[in-house]
Amino acid sequence: MSKPFAITLNIGSSLANHTGSWRNERPVYVNRMPPCNNACPAGEDVQGWLYEGEAGNYEHAWRNLTKDNPLPAIMGRICYHPCQTACNRTELDEAVGINSVERFLGDEAIKQGWQFSVTVAPTGKKILIIGSGPSGLSAAYQLALKGHSVTIRESSSAPGGMMRYGIPAYRLPREVLDAEISRIVNMGVRIECNTKVENADAAFAEGFDAVFLAIGAHLGKRAFIPAGDTARILDAVSVLHMTADGEPPLLGRRVVVYGGGNTALDAARTARRLGAYEAIVVYRRTQEKMPAHEIELKEALDEGIVMRWLSTISRVDEGSVTIEKMELDEKGNPQPTGQFENLDADSVVLALGQEVDLSVINGISQVTVDDGVIEVDEFLMTGRRGLFAGGDAVPGERTATNAIGHGKHAARAIDSWLQGETFVHAHRPEPASYDRLNTWYYSDAPKTVRSKLDGARRASNFSEVVQGLDAETAVFEARRCLSCGNCFSCDNCFGVCPDNAVIKLENGKYEINLDYCKGCGICANECPCGAIDMEPERS
Amino acid sequence: MTTPLKFYQVGSFAVGNRLLAQGQLSEQSRPTRTNSLTSGHRACQGCGEALGARYALDAAMAATDGKIVAVNATGCLEVFSTPYPETSWRLPWLHSLFGNAAAVATGVAAALRAQGKSDIRVIAQGGDGGTVDIGFGPLSGMFERNDDVLYICYDNEAYMNTGVQRSGATPPAARTNTTHAVGENPGASFSQGKNLPVIAMAHGIPYVATASVADLHDLETKVKKAMTFHGARYLHILVPCPLGWGSRSEETIHLARMATESGLFPVFEAEYGEVISSKKIRRQVAVVDYLKPQKRFAHLFGAKGRPDLLELIQANANRNIAKYELMDENSVRLIGVNRE
Repeated sequence: MSKPFAITLNIGSSLANHTGSWRNERPVYVNRMPPCNNACPAGEDVQGWLYEGEAGNYEHAWRNLTKDNPLPAIMGRICYHPCQTACNRTELDEAVGINSVERFLGDEAIKQGWQFSVTVAPTGKKILIIGSGPSGLSAAYQLALKGHSVTIRESSSAPGGMMRYGIPAYRLPREVLDAEISRIVNMGVRIECNTKVENADAAFAEGFDAVFLAIGAHLGKRAFIPAGDTARILDAVSVLHMTADGEPPLLGRRVVVYGGGNTALDAARTARRLGAYEAIVVYRRTQEKMPAHEIELKEALDEGIVMRWLSTISRVDEGSVTIEKMELDEKGNPQPTGQFENLDADSVVLALGQEVDLSVINGISQVTVDDGVIEVDEFLMTGRRGLFAGGDAVPGERTATNAIGHGKHAARAIDSWLQGETFVHAHRPEPASYDRLNTWYYSDAPKTVRSKLDGARRASNFSEVVQGLDAETAVFEARRCLSCGNCFSCDNCFGVCPDNAVIKLENGKYEINLDYCKGCGICANECPCGAIDMEPERS
Repeated sequence: MTTPLKFYQVGSFAVGNRLLAQGQLSEQSRPTRTNSLTSGHRACQGCGEALGARYALDAAMAATDGKIVAVNATGCLEVFSTPYPETSWRLPWLHSLFGNAAAVATGVAAALRAQGKSDIRVIAQGGDGGTVDIGFGPLSGMFERNDDVLYICYDNEAYMNTGVQRSGATPPAARTNTTHAVGENPGASFSQGKNLPVIAMAHGIPYVATASVADLHDLETKVKKAMTFHGARYLHILVPCPLGWGSRSEETIHLARMATESGLFPVFEAEYGEVISSKKIRRQVAVVDYLKPQKRFAHLFGAKGRPDLLELIQANANRNIAKYELMDENSVRLIGVNRE
């Protein structure tokens, strides 16, 4: 082999030098649990469907979302979005408007007519669900997906439970509710309305393999208040139910609502829409202690609802109520002051909470009840084998999203139980905390604020209060997601490696070339979303 | 709503994004990038210079359709990339002496011109020692003759390859093996230093710019812009050195970012001797936050620290902020460090 003068070795590339042998730590791609997913009572893969939405793949996003929640157009309107409270972006500017994107996807699905498809063969198992509220519908959907035959029995004349009879139409238009319910019916779920189940146990004799109690809490709590014979006192649940049925009660021009929850505000706002020019909410504690959600309070105040904090109703007469001023003791509990005041009122609506109608489990000795709700185990099964329960009828937060989560979990537990197995919860990854993010790479952007009808105008009718996003703003909002703890293909690791030891794959993911990775850790340090861990090499 | 769509998830700060169109991608996000400096080089873990050199040369290769000749001064970049008989370079590359890179590049450019190969462009590159000290004479001559060469200085603020000795670009108070952290004035002296971008501007050459490995998009834009000019051009890139700075290897880009976000390293560009723009600080940081993670400044902190010297360094940063107009209405300002 001839070489130039003084040259003795063949030239070569440094690729022959495997610098990976220097390494004592290696980068590893991880998927962590984003705070939104973690906080969602329905267990939605929020970050996952936002990721699809960011690219404009709305149907993919919707299909991903509906793996956990079959009612996105509904929940996109009425959910109290704990995901947004938990969102890491609040530390940077404002939370991602997850709820509004969910609503957009739900509305888009209705517009495009997307349907669920059952891809498995029928199992031949029959399941009865008692109640067609969010937990019942959610369970029905999940069970139908697994090939089971599902029947829902509903005591009211239309399905939806509290979504129809508790939530006013200005928050949830009925055509949206009907559209999402009919999509579940299209899967083969049978809903029998005007059918009150007297005893859950009888269903087993009828041939059902499992029963899910999704009966909700529809009885308005009463309180003893001295009242004159002609005093008009109603409970909020009935007021909302009758209004939903198209037979609103006569409330008069001046209405006093007693209570501090969301139902109290819904009742007051409904009263305004039914013609009351004055709706006063009397609550015994302060605004900070109020169980109603802040946004609901704000919307109510915008509509001219008057709040009387630190007050109790001590007497109701025809045309007036007597309220007593309260003051908080050092423990924060309201104590009477002995100062009274009269308010003009044509009617009083009690919104003091709801109770479960337990008649359906009368005589089933294995089922236990504590503090007015049905006791269940971690699989949502009652003491009666095969009888499951969820939603407002069991302990837990009484929200629609929580009910959807109950429905999903109960469905999975029922499915396992029917196969003689025990349901095993999926492994939960480590949390994707804010301190793992490299926020330099995210630019600052204000949240898209949904346009709202003018407060004064909307108080006069039942048209929807909060308007939705369009396709442009939905993408805008989805792209504000930080993708906490999960790679979103930003190419940073690929770009910042001084040793070209990151390989960019066709599918948008990356791989470490361990032949050359020296373990410097820049990729992990500069990963915007904290999806790379450095792990020690084992020698 | 008519809000223009922006990639708020990543802004324009990350290397790439799956949602961007092909034309909007940075060079470094392309699987087809040249990788001018390929794997297997012997640079330390987390080397800023290896990263900066690949960023700059890949951008230059993209801008010229792969027609680049590179001339290298002696230094880390030369030593770690070409131990005989291996090379990490995937472009024509020459090395002669420590001090003559600019002169050799001038010769290469002249030879190409003589052969009529006007499409092939020349880049000379070196570290701060080979540029501001040893190669300064040939470089100044190259500027003065306005030879058609882009000279890139990878500034890691000392002679790292030979064991961390101070250079004309070593910052005040930094400890090196020739400026120990002892006595009344520990570390490198508070002199004017050799501010080569400003000296280059004084030659009136077509294009002078500074950049850092912390802002890839800015760096790539400047390299591509430099390739649109003919004549002498100078690009000064800050490249942190974990070995010489005593910093953690994963902190390289973060430190470069804090150097620019504190104002200590102003990022700007100049044409024909006049500054035409500067990169604005997004989130101002105090110089102490930049200095503290670096062991070369450890003697300024702690019980026997030197808050007086930290004040002086902060004052330098503040002067840069004022002189190069590094803050605008979008900059998130720090409270309490803006006093002159």
